[in-house]
Amino acid sequence: MRKPSVGAILLALIPFAAICFSVSLWDRIYPMVLGLPFNFFWLISWLLLTPLCMWGAYRLEAPRASDSHNEGAGTP
Amino acid sequence: MNSNVVALAFISVIVSVGAFIGFYAGTRRKMDLEHWIVGDRGFGMLLVWLLMAGEVYTTFTFLGASGWAYGKGAPVLYILGYQPLMYVVSFFILPQVWEVGRKYRLQTQADFFQVRYNNKYLAAFVALVGVVFIIPYLQLQLTGLGMIVEVASYGAIHRTPAMIIGFLIVAAFVLTSGIRGIAWVSVLKDLLLLFSAVFVGIAVPYIYFGGIGPMFAALVRAKPAHLVMPGATTNLGHSWYVSTVLLVAVGFYMWPQFFGASFSAKSSDTLRRNAVVMPFYSITMPLMFFVGLAATLILPGLSNGDLSALAMVRKTFPAWFLGLIGGAGALTAMVPAGVMILTAATLFAKNMCRPILWPGMTDQQVAKLAKTTVLVITVAALYSAIYSSPTLVSLLLTGYGGVGQFFPGVVLGLYSRRVTMPGVFAGIVTGVFVFVALELTKHDPLMGLNAGFIALCFNFAVVGAVSLLKPVEHGGVDEQLQASIEA
Repeated sequence: MRKPSVGAILLALIPFAAICFSVSLWDRIYPMVLGLPFNFFWLISWLLLTPLCMWGAYRLEAPRASDSHNEGAGTP
Repeated sequence: MNSNVVALAFISVIVSVGAFIGFYAGTRRKMDLEHWIVGDRGFGMLLVWLLMAGEVYTTFTFLGASGWAYGKGAPVLYILGYQPLMYVVSFFILPQVWEVGRKYRLQTQADFFQVRYNNKYLAAFVALVGVVFIIPYLQLQLTGLGMIVEVASYGAIHRTPAMIIGFLIVAAFVLTSGIRGIAWVSVLKDLLLLFSAVFVGIAVPYIYFGGIGPMFAALVRAKPAHLVMPGATTNLGHSWYVSTVLLVAVGFYMWPQFFGASFSAKSSDTLRRNAVVMPFYSITMPLMFFVGLAATLILPGLSNGDLSALAMVRKTFPAWFLGLIGGAGALTAMVPAGVMILTAATLFAKNMCRPILWPGMTDQQVAKLAKTTVLVITVAALYSAIYSSPTLVSLLLTGYGGVGQFFPGVVLGLYSRRVTMPGVFAGIVTGVFVFVALELTKHDPLMGLNAGFIALCFNFAVVGAVSLLKPVEHGGVDEQLQASIEA
């Protein structure tokens, strides 16, 4: 398989950094945002921001994927 | 009318409509193995979304999410951590797996290992590990279904008959309609689940506290420690969170049924776009947390935290609404259970029996054996759900620690040409062994880390070491696939 582009991998690492590795930075109650403790607010925001990052990755990957698709045309 | 009759009527109607959809989806179609298990690879974006969402949201997410919020507090946030990230991981795996699948007509996860590593014993072993970890997961769906129907019918139907009826319906529509039937039942299930989660998750905090904000304000005053990790636990802290989120994010699509569902997509682009938008659906999860958190203040001291959401609904809403939730909950058990049964049966017939025991079997005989196995698995899961001890379930519940051990073989198999069959085989054996040993000796978490994650680290180390020490044996690996990996 063709390896994914560096840009797509970097975009995919953003949610990993924000959601997973940085837990000790955001796992707290204050400041409360929109009535939610900060950790709940943070993770809920990333449910909306992750698709944004991956949409960027999609824009980078989809043209490359359809290229390799055409190369392999003819297989049923 | 008695409230239990009303609730029971709602549950019955919903389950019957679901069953009808499941049967109807499969009528007038020729049910060969290709159609039965991968739906002729013809599902568009909407149906793939519904199937995947339908499979992912099991009774564990429905009951377990609110149960964890109730009993453990902030560690429940790991669900909000792994869900978006597993879709990120799937973006780089499922479209590629689909491409291999279309080229080689793959139907199961073990098929992938067969064509990539060209060894029937590795493929059969992958199938075996998959089936072994699916069965307790299936049993969990059954137990959940029994609990939901019993509570939602005010005890009018006991859990045992509920489990038997529910699972006979599942077996029946799996047999007649295969994956297509399951996908269409997901449509009803997802609509009901979405509606119930949004409604209950907003209404419960509003009714008792005047809104979600005031509910958290009350929680911050009453039990602030519940809202940050490790919550009400002692050992589910930050290192546990990171290791668990990583393990589940990479391990989730290693479940044979989720892996295999990707073959039903119409194109790899369908899967890629699906991976982009799926996190939106997780917005239902925090709503289930809110219900569990409300219950910590309104209904403290429940003996079974998994029932906290249903107990809140029962306390708050009229009988018909409880029946609606009960029906949605029953379908929430039935849809994933259907995929699990279908997958386990096919793995058994196609990847274990045919290559190892009876090499001469035709495709029709494999299909016939798989369908017979559906009945055997259904009865076995029913038997164990009715008679087994619940501690066994909780022990085996951590199944993703087991199936997560397929990850190195899949991701390196797609992207690396250095990785070898003996390396992957040794890695999976090591990973599963370490994981099971840690679980059985009750060392999960170990030093604050998820046991499955530790096992996965050992697994990667062994795959790397064996593959590098003993490089690719030429002629052993499928040359054409090898070429496409090198491209």
